[in-house]
Amino acid sequence: MLVPLNRRITSHPILEFPREKSVAFMFEGKRIEAYEGESIAAALYASGLKTFTRSYKRNRPRGWFCGIGKCSSCLMTVNGIPNVRTCIVPVKEGLNVRRQKQGLGTLPSSLYENPEVEKFDVELAVIGGGPAGLSAAITAKRLGCSTLVIDENFKAGGQLIKQTHKFFGSKENYAGVRGIDIAKILLKDLNELGGNWLLSSTVAADYIEGGKHVLIVPSLVEPKIRVIKAETVVVGTGARENMLIFPNNDLPGVYGAGGVQTLMNVFGIKPGERALVVGAGNVGLIIAYQLIQAGTSVEAIVEAMPRIGGYFVHAAKVRRLGVPIYLRHSIKRAIGKESVEAAEIVQLDENWNPVEGTERRIEVDTIVLAVGLTPASEIPAQAGCKLTYVPELGGQVAIHDPDLKTTIPGMYVAGDSSGIEEATTAMLEGRIAGADAALSLGYKPDEAERLKEKAKRDISEFRESPFGERPRKGKEKVWSMMEAIS
Amino acid sequence: MKEAGILSKEEIEKVTPPLDRAEKGPVAVIECLEKIPCDACGWACPFDAIIKERITVPPKIDYDKCTGCGQCVLVCPGLAIFLIELDGEKAKVTVPYEFLPEPRVGQEVVALDRRGLPVTKAKVLKVMRSKDKTLAVTIEVPRELFMEVRGIRI
Repeated sequence: MLVPLNRRITSHPILEFPREKSVAFMFEGKRIEAYEGESIAAALYASGLKTFTRSYKRNRPRGWFCGIGKCSSCLMTVNGIPNVRTCIVPVKEGLNVRRQKQGLGTLPSSLYENPEVEKFDVELAVIGGGPAGLSAAITAKRLGCSTLVIDENFKAGGQLIKQTHKFFGSKENYAGVRGIDIAKILLKDLNELGGNWLLSSTVAADYIEGGKHVLIVPSLVEPKIRVIKAETVVVGTGARENMLIFPNNDLPGVYGAGGVQTLMNVFGIKPGERALVVGAGNVGLIIAYQLIQAGTSVEAIVEAMPRIGGYFVHAAKVRRLGVPIYLRHSIKRAIGKESVEAAEIVQLDENWNPVEGTERRIEVDTIVLAVGLTPASEIPAQAGCKLTYVPELGGQVAIHDPDLKTTIPGMYVAGDSSGIEEATTAMLEGRIAGADAALSLGYKPDEAERLKEKAKRDISEFRESPFGERPRKGKEKVWSMMEAIS
Repeated sequence: MKEAGILSKEEIEKVTPPLDRAEKGPVAVIECLEKIPCDACGWACPFDAIIKERITVPPKIDYDKCTGCGQCVLVCPGLAIFLIELDGEKAKVTVPYEFLPEPRVGQEVVALDRRGLPVTKAKVLKVMRSKDKTLAVTIEVPRELFMEVRGIRI
């Protein structure tokens, strides 16, 4: 049901939302006013819509969850095309958008019968335009390699574009600079070098033909398929958010941490009035702070561990704002019919079991899950890379060496898709992979080698921190597996 | 750091600058004790008063070199650096601030402790601003609160 409401944020301490050009589209017969640069799902959310789709079997409501095309909670039929990920498709004047019966769409008969096919060659294809991919492309392009960055989203920069906080790290790796500003720097660098872009495009397949990678890349916004031949490929597809099991975890109003960041920091839309954050790692702590900046009050952060997982300084920031952090607590259930009306939290004992009688109801309309990430390894898996499950890296990753080379010739992984870590290490891994790709094609060997070794030194210094121990162990496991294979 | 996000008494003592130094003028208090990989404060300091032996070693401060300029307050990604200055019965405390509305000089605000609890009313003496919109807000509080007050509410 549409409620007459505008959830757009008009003033923010860090961000500006220019909203220069208005656009209107039709949603189930109603005219929706939106702004250029918004996704369909964001515009609908801003207008007050919470239920985007319904589950097939039980007709349960589903709403905004990930906001970056990784879950299926916003699939709708757009101009007759079913199952469109409305969170990553931009609004356009005159679009006709409908929800799908029991979540399922109907295939059109003729819309995409004769798509235009465009073919071209590139030396390095980078899949994913986030910190890892951008750094790979910049490094390779600087060394003389031709590059193309492909991304599903219609805005470039990956998850950097919603990181309003300042980054840690070293000066040359943008310490003290906000993620949003790092994105601007990287995009400017790549554009000045003349690196090519392909946005709103999904890599559907990667295979090898005649010693080259062939990428099949359909567009998400027009009837067009690109067939790209690439000498080398860097996969920087990032990660997806982990779910937590509890009753009603699928209600609209339960969001992934990144999903809520996209909503408030990319599109300037207030997720709700009162929030509960689940997880006190860095992501959960940062989200709590950013929710308050967006005007949403944070009632509590719950953390199942007996200690916070994130940096003390991030925790101190939210404590100073009066946000309680309940350790050894978790969410027991979400309460609500069509969307979240409250949450019940509970204390956990030493064996992680809920302590009876400690349940407490918190009045919130927003529940944010910050319970970790899983590497997005689909492309390496489909391409035939050998994968392995590494708990320290958050799940299945392509086995790779310290140069980020996988078991498929010419294919690299970098950033979260090679193991969950964080944005600074993603940039460094991107540099290593980009330099090695250029090196493999014979571009400026001395310079490429130097850049690669510098990035490797930086990354190992970064991982000296106790917080870097887990990913370091994970990486060492993967490297030794690669060594055993070759 | 027994309580999540709150420094212990011992840790507060550890980060407290020498009082005679704080009597002379503003000085930085760095509430960053973990080995996190960051050196933003080290290069932000125009006087080389913040020493970072290695990126993962917590910062140390040379109180003689520190002028209390506040550049580190504006840069620190952890918002973990503050300034203090002792002046008779009063103390000036500078805290980073990234919320709306922005405080104005002369305005009365609520001074908060590390748990976000109100401890006193305070007058805004000065507002500094970084290029990327972090504010460093200097308020006047009773002297005994100089290591208590770490936030403001408008």
